[in-house]
Amino acid sequence: MLDSKVIVNHILVPKHEIMSKKESKAFLESNGLKKDQLPRILREDPVVKAIKAKKGDIIKITRNSPTAGKAVYYRMVY
Amino acid sequence: MKGETTKKIDSIEFGILDPDTIRKMSQIRVVIPDTYDEDGYPIEGGLMDLHMGVIDPGLRCKTCGGRMATCPGHFGHIELVRPVIHIGYIKMIYSLLKTTCRSCGRLLLPTDQIQTYKKLITESGELPEEQELDVISQAKKVSKCPHCGKKQEKIKLIKPMTFYEGERRLLPSDIRRRMELIPDKDLRLLGIDPKKARPEWAILTVLPVPPVTARPSITLETGERSEDDLTHKLVDILRINQRLRDNISAGAPQLIIEDLWDLLQYHVTTYFNNEVSGIPPARHRSGRPLKTLAQRLKGKEGRFRYNLSGKRVNFSARTVISPDPNISINEVGVPREIAEELTVPEEITEWNINHAKDYIKRTEYPRAIYLIRPDGRRKKITDMNREEILQELAPGYVIERQLKDDDIVLFNRQPSLHRVSMMCHLVKVLPGRTFRLHPAVCKPYNADFDGDEMNMHVLQTEEAKAEALTLMLVQNQIISPRYGAPIIKGDEDIVSGGYLLTKKGTAFDKRIAEKILIKAGIKKMPSPDIGNNYSGKLLFSMLLPSTLNLEYRSLLCRDCEKCVGSKCPYDAYVKIKRGKLVSGVIDKVSLQGILLDTIFRQYGPEEAKEFLNKSTRLLLASTMHQGFSVSVEDTRISKEAQQEIKAIIADARQEVNRIIKDYNEGRLKKLPGKTLRETMEDMIMAILGKARKDAGDVAANYLSDYNPIIIMSRVGARGSLLNVTQMSAMVGQQAVRGKRIMRGYRNKSLPYFKEGEMGIEARGFVSSSFMEGLTPTEYFFHAMGGREALVDKGIRTAKSGYMQRRLVNALQDIVARKDGTVRDSDDVIVQYKYGEDGTDPMKCHGDYAVRLETKTYVEEKDRDEINIEDEGDDYD
Ligand SMILES: [Mg+2]
Ligand SMILES: [Zn+2]
Ligand SMILES: [Zn+2]
Ligand SMILES: [Zn+2]
Repeated sequence: MLDSKVIVNHILVPKHEIMSKKESKAFLESNGLKKDQLPRILREDPVVKAIKAKKGDIIKITRNSPTAGKAVYYRMVY
Repeated sequence: MKGETTKKIDSIEFGILDPDTIRKMSQIRVVIPDTYDEDGYPIEGGLMDLHMGVIDPGLRCKTCGGRMATCPGHFGHIELVRPVIHIGYIKMIYSLLKTTCRSCGRLLLPTDQIQTYKKLITESGELPEEQELDVISQAKKVSKCPHCGKKQEKIKLIKPMTFYEGERRLLPSDIRRRMELIPDKDLRLLGIDPKKARPEWAILTVLPVPPVTARPSITLETGERSEDDLTHKLVDILRINQRLRDNISAGAPQLIIEDLWDLLQYHVTTYFNNEVSGIPPARHRSGRPLKTLAQRLKGKEGRFRYNLSGKRVNFSARTVISPDPNISINEVGVPREIAEELTVPEEITEWNINHAKDYIKRTEYPRAIYLIRPDGRRKKITDMNREEILQELAPGYVIERQLKDDDIVLFNRQPSLHRVSMMCHLVKVLPGRTFRLHPAVCKPYNADFDGDEMNMHVLQTEEAKAEALTLMLVQNQIISPRYGAPIIKGDEDIVSGGYLLTKKGTAFDKRIAEKILIKAGIKKMPSPDIGNNYSGKLLFSMLLPSTLNLEYRSLLCRDCEKCVGSKCPYDAYVKIKRGKLVSGVIDKVSLQGILLDTIFRQYGPEEAKEFLNKSTRLLLASTMHQGFSVSVEDTRISKEAQQEIKAIIADARQEVNRIIKDYNEGRLKKLPGKTLRETMEDMIMAILGKARKDAGDVAANYLSDYNPIIIMSRVGARGSLLNVTQMSAMVGQQAVRGKRIMRGYRNKSLPYFKEGEMGIEARGFVSSSFMEGLTPTEYFFHAMGGREALVDKGIRTAKSGYMQRRLVNALQDIVARKDGTVRDSDDVIVQYKYGEDGTDPMKCHGDYAVRLETKTYVEEKDRDEINIEDEGDDYD
């Protein structure tokens, strides 16, 4: 088993953050989205386990992008 | 379509028809192996019996009373005298014979094991596939029945459809009995639902006969009837069935009966599938294999791919294409014959009713052909009813008139690999029988004129026209969505023409200048700039917007240490000031890149379209005046040059021989990661590569700057330095799999050489040029390399074609929405921002897509910085 710190800090793993209830609600409302319209991420995903996210949490993923600088992506833990 | 909602198919169930169902759905038992009597009337009890539907006009169905148009057709059936195996279930039968007891029919697993597996059966009544495979593989191995203790014997399947138990043959009737023995409760574990597919139903005792409407006969011109392949096959089945019956009742010996039985089996098998391996296909009298049930469904021409997924359309035309630089890039030349055949609907309003009446009154092209009343009824306009229709015509009616100039169509060339394979054009009706297109749109369509054909689709609704005009119109596609640079552009002769016109010293007198300009539709003459004459640069400037300012280096630039700008001795520095070409020659960089690109971005699609139209005509006209042609002599180089190249080859040969010697005498040093042999090969390839390059440089140096081949390759019109090298200097090393040629005979490539010879000639080095001609061995090596290129190309296209199919399938309903998100058909997000950066590559400037620091698009003004020196007040 890999240490969760190792996974989260690995250079190829983008930043994963659990959004708070409030943030999640605001995010869904401002984008006019329902929770089941979000792309999913498995509960068994190593990063999800590492940051201890639970089913139904929305995870904000911030990636580096050669064209956009930073690209933000949201996934619901499934 | 009103009130319809979309429904999702939950599941599809497949099963086997049982004999009783077959008899129940049958309207008649077919017994006579014949179709029509001498009068052409369907024989009762025959294969065309009227109970199974009608295909002859005037007759009535004996089942439903309907006529040809109304009777859907009904099934019949054949009672088989002896059971036969359904070829489609041969695998299932084989597996069941091996996994069940020959005496009691139980699954060959102990009761407790059966119980454990039964617990794994899911709600849907199925055993998960993995366990099902376990059950089968375990039961197969059992040699003694755990239920009745009977010893099991080895079951063998002699392909395609004969079963043996030990040495004894299992006849279909034996197999059927065995299948009947298997209890329902055990079938579940073998993946079979006994309610829908009792295994004994896979051994046919009754054969359904499809309705005659599914196998209609056709009447030939001679009045002779030709029956469908299925009917032929059914005749065979009935005939053998009858003979078998006769023989049985006559008490014929078992051997004869079994032979006939096998024959019946053969006919029933080929009736289902005429391409079973190991069985000779049943043939028509002409020798053509019959197209039976499986063949109707299977493959590219089968029911699924051809009829169900195949899409065919009306209002379309296809013909050979040919070029016409005199039409606009957004036009398509349509032959008069096609224009007369295709129609466009025009809805009548109070404003266009008189215009519509004009079309109805006309008896010649362009005229109205159909009238569609508000209730949807359609009427052909003829000389007889013309007056009547003119009276009747009112707003709300629709006329369908013939295609005419400026109608909106889609134009397409297969394989439609990217969006610019299908663009919106305006019709231009022309004499002749080919579609005409502007040479500048060849690139996006990947078309040439060696016999290519293209398709045209005439848009039928206002919505479709509006959509095509805004999204698909040719001038809106000039910039490629793939790499953000022009994809619709002049090439080849047009580029050569750009150079010839704008190079130093080109000038025309007034008469010729006028002739050239009028071709581009320019009617205002500029004032002469070289005495009484007009320079080529001046004529070209007439195409440029008067506010355009641009400076860049052309392809001719030699990357001088210090660039002297517009005083460049090679005239390679292009400077356009207030729409005037001040210095530099126009070549590929201008016509296919920066200049066209800038015009598109600064002045828009219309201006870019006009530039393409006018520059094509102007440059072709000026080229025709100046003359530009290539002869074989243009590839010939001087004696001195040939001597130099010979020397280069001699040096290379010597060097290679030295390396081979070093290798043979063990003096060669291994390169890291390579064997000694590979090291030698690498060094030889490098030497020979350099030799060809040097020879090419020699040839290019000796060929004059006025040599048309040199001109074409320098300005980017056609051909490369490599092509020049191969034509004039030497063809160079031929390679197979990236290596010198090693295949052929034992230790040599061709019989002509000695074994183990490694010299340059023996391994595919071609020191001749195409001009000189190749020696026989060189020719052969060249063919070997050429074949590899050909095979690679074929494999690449096949692979990428398959990948394309898969990708299109996976991506076809993913849509970029107005809110910037990318979603699938269930509204589920795929990307929160299109491409993660929200940029449209078509609106990006080459590599300069997005400015990262500010994360905003590069502003129009800033973009210009990249290419244009700001001249301040020059913009208005
Ligand atoms: Mg072609
Ligand atoms: Zn009927
Ligand atoms: Zn048994
Ligand atoms: Zn220069």
